[in-house]
Amino acid sequence: MTKAQADELSRARMYALLGKLAPLIFLLALVIIFASLQPRFLLPLNLFNILRQVSIYGIIAIGMTFVILIRGIDLSVGALVAMSGLCAAVVAKGGIEGRFMLSADGSGYHWALAALAAILAGTVAGLLQGMAVAWLSVPAFVVTLGGMTVFRGIALTIGNGGPISGFDEAFGWWGRGMIGPVPVPVLIFAAVALIAWVVLTQTRFGRAVYAVGSNPDAARLSGINVSGVTLSVYALIGFCSGLGGFVLASRLNSAEAVAGTGYELTAIAAVVIGGTSLYGGTGGVAGTVIGALLTGVLLNGLVILNVSPYTQQILVGLIIVAAVAFDHFIKRQSR
Amino acid sequence: MSHPSSPPGKDQQKPGRASSPGALPSAPGSDAAPGSAPRSAPGVTAPLLEARGFVKRFFGVTVLDGVSLSLAPGEVRALLGENGAGKSTIINLLSGVHQPDGGMLLLDGAPVRFTRPLEADHAGISVIRQELSLFPDLSVAEAIFAGHLPLNRLGLVDWRQMREAARKALARLGLEIDVRAPVASLSIAHQQMVEIARALTRKSRVVIMDEPTASLSPNEVAHLGEIIAQLSAGGVAVLYVSHRLDEIRAFCRTYTVLRDGKAVSAGLVSETDIPSLIRDMAGREVEIGAAGAARQPGAPVLELQHLASVPGGRGGQRVRDVSLVVRAGEILGLAGIVGAGRTETARMIFGLDPVGSGEILLNGRPFRAGSPAAAMAAGIGYVPEDRKGLSILPDRSVAENFALTGAVPAGPLGWNDRPGEAKALAGFVQRLGIRAASLRAPITTLSGGNQQKVILARWIALKPKLLIIDEPTRGIDVGAKEDVHSLIREIAAGGVAVLLISSDLPEVLALSDRIVTLREGETTSEQPAADATSEGLMARMTRHG
Repeated sequence: MTKAQADELSRARMYALLGKLAPLIFLLALVIIFASLQPRFLLPLNLFNILRQVSIYGIIAIGMTFVILIRGIDLSVGALVAMSGLCAAVVAKGGIEGRFMLSADGSGYHWALAALAAILAGTVAGLLQGMAVAWLSVPAFVVTLGGMTVFRGIALTIGNGGPISGFDEAFGWWGRGMIGPVPVPVLIFAAVALIAWVVLTQTRFGRAVYAVGSNPDAARLSGINVSGVTLSVYALIGFCSGLGGFVLASRLNSAEAVAGTGYELTAIAAVVIGGTSLYGGTGGVAGTVIGALLTGVLLNGLVILNVSPYTQQILVGLIIVAAVAFDHFIKRQSR
Repeated sequence: MSHPSSPPGKDQQKPGRASSPGALPSAPGSDAAPGSAPRSAPGVTAPLLEARGFVKRFFGVTVLDGVSLSLAPGEVRALLGENGAGKSTIINLLSGVHQPDGGMLLLDGAPVRFTRPLEADHAGISVIRQELSLFPDLSVAEAIFAGHLPLNRLGLVDWRQMREAARKALARLGLEIDVRAPVASLSIAHQQMVEIARALTRKSRVVIMDEPTASLSPNEVAHLGEIIAQLSAGGVAVLYVSHRLDEIRAFCRTYTVLRDGKAVSAGLVSETDIPSLIRDMAGREVEIGAAGAARQPGAPVLELQHLASVPGGRGGQRVRDVSLVVRAGEILGLAGIVGAGRTETARMIFGLDPVGSGEILLNGRPFRAGSPAAAMAAGIGYVPEDRKGLSILPDRSVAENFALTGAVPAGPLGWNDRPGEAKALAGFVQRLGIRAASLRAPITTLSGGNQQKVILARWIALKPKLLIIDEPTRGIDVGAKEDVHSLIREIAAGGVAVLLISSDLPEVLALSDRIVTLREGETTSEQPAADATSEGLMARMTRHG
């Protein structure tokens, strides 16, 4: 290797490292700015509040990381959250009063069955979308845009447009409970993130996900079942959405068809801000966790600083664009 | 004179092979062929374009260190050098993509500074790039005229004139294709010809060609030689960047060799020879020998009987009647020009494309791979021709690229055996001489030759019984080429049946035990490599009989 090549390499590495650390640096900068402007920001109560807010779309963003790593996209997750939340609610209540009953005596079912219903609904919906993407080669954007409408429609049908509220204590623990000072949803988010991180970095499946995103043709030629990976990834984000739907219903003590509106964009933003490339093949769960925290800190901090909700939207939008532009710049430099 | 892969020292040992006049059938007696036109131009003309002491740094790294070269009207200058020597940087500086940090650029003797590619373009400097810069979704005519579409009186695009001019430009290159067809529907060779036509229509004064023949068939290469001669006769200066030394001998009058960002030698092509050019490029003696110890082929591993692809597919039925046998421990060379159906044959064997008719026998039993995974399970490996498009995972590390085929089995729950993989890779790094600063850095930080070695390692580690290798040394430098050649011999010596596909005839001759030629999807001959000559093979690749 010549000196020029070696230096070129270290330059590429420097940019690769910079690209990896940038979200973390942004996050710390935001925390410092907000804390200095409003010391209340750093109170443990507020910090856990941020974490709790982040955790539900964080769970979905973890699933979205896999999808974006294979150059895909899933716009249906918000609708899936609503649909699966309603599935959980119906099971927990044993039906809907005055419309239909699932159990003979009109009593509700155990929270575990409700959670299972939500997760199953999400996973099956994700799997169906995955089939359309993998086998019919319909662009993921189109499939999930359609799915977004379909699942929202199913949610409206289940709830007949209205909310289903009032669950038992055990059901509510998953969204509102605490273990020590830590809210339960935060622990669920952490567990999902940890498992996803292990799968992506340590297993053959994780490697296949990166390979498919990096160069699908090369992956196929090397014996990787590209359709299988694609299917699994969409089923996986369906699973995450189902789980998120259950936790959200539990936290709000209510499920309704408009729940989770806009979650798709928040989740995509978290992934992209976290440094996972929309072109696939690079990025990962760690970045997404930081991206999700960053989004949460930004929203919370702006509220605490009494920034108007209208201005908040403008700022969040600008930051997303800046993050993608930065990602693009880094990619070009590290080539 | 002969090809780089057959140095003079080997002539006595392999008279029938090594002394064959190179890979350029178009230029038998290359001294009198197209290249002779520019040679008659005296070197006293004032330079049209001159680089004086070019220095270029990227982030403090000097990639060009005081390189000077000039192009007189009608001069055809070869620019040689291994990958990373600075050839692309020079092209980028001459064409305004980058600006030099030191030295100056003179056009007609006056200093100029191009801040954008468009300015170089307006000054009459055209670049035909190795990485096709075409617009895949535009029509051929649009691609040729993109950026300078002819307009009619209303200021709208004059389609009729544009198509007519595009047709004429392509006809000059001997290519008759529908200029309304989208560029993506053309073969790579034809796309390259379109790129050349683009330069022709621009009335360029300087044409820079970056590896223009990498995907051209011998006939097309010959044609390109005529075009270059035409351009030269018309006073156009050509900077010809190529790895193929016999083309340089045939087409170019002067040359400049780059090594590590410096011009190490320059002069008249007629006053040097290929071994010295190779020495200048590599900075060392590179012995490219012919076939090693005679191998003892074993039982047939792969047998194709009248194999044909599905009719009416993309580009028509590319494979029509291919029959061949590859035995354990031998290298079967499959030679054919671009479009003869070589790659398509390989793709059918490997389960990438459906088989139309005929039989594939693997170890004597009928075999159809439904997918690459199935082919791999049956002991077949395939190193595809398009390294960038079909082999590497550009964003991923060297280690991950190596591990892609799963040669090192995963533990329970699909847990990656990182230590096992690292150990296997370390073995290959040493054995194949892979030069990488870090195995955890993206594979794109390696040179093309080292990338190819990693890809080969990926497949060898699987211990295949049949390895199909498609264009193993395309676009890699001379030193790496020899490494890859000895590796392929080693693989065969280990008892693997190797099907070698290459359009580089000296390579086929140097490596193969037997050679099968393809022409328009049909096998036209089979013979021991020892009896084969470039001319003989070329005749069977291009003509009847």
